[in-house]
Amino acid sequence: MSEIIESGGGGHGKHQKKRAKKHSARIDMTPMVDLGFLLLTFFVLTTQFSKPKTMEINMPVIPKDTSNRMKIEDNTALTLLLTENQEKVFYYYGKFKNDPSILKTTDYSKEGVRKIFRERNKDVREQIKKETEKYEKHQMADTTYKRKVMELKGAKDAVFVIVKADDKAKYKGVIDVIDEINVADIGKYALVDISPAEKQYLKVMGKIQ
Amino acid sequence: MGKIKIPKSAPSLDMTPMVDLAFLLVTFFMLTAKFRVNEAVPIMPPSSHSEKILPENTLLVTVDTAGHVFFSMDGPDVRRGFLREIGDKYKMTFSEVEYKRFSLMTDYGLPISMLHEYIKAGETERAAMDKKATGIPIDSVQNAPGGELGNWIFYGYRQKQIHDQTKKIPREKQCRIAIKADGQTNYKIIKRVIKIFQDTPPGLNSFQLITNQETENLD
Repeated sequence: MSEIIESGGGGHGKHQKKRAKKHSARIDMTPMVDLGFLLLTFFVLTTQFSKPKTMEINMPVIPKDTSNRMKIEDNTALTLLLTENQEKVFYYYGKFKNDPSILKTTDYSKEGVRKIFRERNKDVREQIKKETEKYEKHQMADTTYKRKVMELKGAKDAVFVIVKADDKAKYKGVIDVIDEINVADIGKYALVDISPAEKQYLKVMGKIQ
Repeated sequence: MGKIKIPKSAPSLDMTPMVDLAFLLVTFFMLTAKFRVNEAVPIMPPSSHSEKILPENTLLVTVDTAGHVFFSMDGPDVRRGFLREIGDKYKMTFSEVEYKRFSLMTDYGLPISMLHEYIKAGETERAAMDKKATGIPIDSVQNAPGGELGNWIFYGYRQKQIHDQTKKIPREKQCRIAIKADGQTNYKIIKRVIKIFQDTPPGLNSFQLITNQETENLD
């Protein structure tokens, strides 16, 4: 095949001696290599390389009676309204009022929601940073650190983000916002239905159709 | 006069190191391979910064751009038990061959009435059916507030739990539920699916949303 085995040296001279032919002790490896690479290609193509990543969402348990619902402090609430508009995010602070001046607009970019979240959650982020420094200097146990971060994120005066997506919003927008919430170390958020009043409000403002 | 003869050697290369390497790689891939599951529909999940890896033991609900819902779970034993229960629920009987074929299936995205036909179908027929699939119905019907999907999740989760308990699987590795949806899917559908999760007894309030990893610097 690929290798031409030499004949055992010249020997057409006068004194022809009978010599055992010197076969080189070589095996033709080509088929094996072929097979090896075939298998290699097969496995490379069928393996799932990166395992899918995931975000865990914990929805609140649906309460049986709605009398003792948790009240969100108005000054910590930040409500995002997601609509069919895939560029813009509408938001307002505190309680909803039918007043055109409360509505603000931003986008999904780094300078958009991320900046707002980080700005809003500055105090908590700073405290977490301090704890992280301590933890990295091995002054704190793993579990203590985790508990402290949880406590800080869940503090009473920490920001609470309410994500309200209307029916035409895309899944991507919701995921982007939740991702930014996680990035900004915000521990309290909820996915809530948009209220008819808010929908009407956006319609009047000409933000949705 | 002595002529200098250049020995005619065959142009052969020593392939040994290459072969070594190739087989090393083959072995590596063989041992680490986790085969990509054949997906019924192509999905492009949105990206996130999350680094949490999806747990192995999951019930997966897939939603495509058109809002069609697919259901899948792994484990042949679990699938067998599931088919028995769903058969009882919908008054359908399945033969041993059907049990066997169902236990090896992955995604399913059709009304339950099509189940016999889908199990019987060959690979190409299934692909054609997947393409035309209308998804598992998610609208409320009488006796099933979560639509058919509610039943799929209820029985699927129950079978998984029974399986996890008999196999004594530690708590942190027990079955989770996950949603894999395309970024362009309407949120309305996802909201409905989440609602079905929450309404499924005993109330599945914690679940995973599958995303692609974004490798962007955060600062």
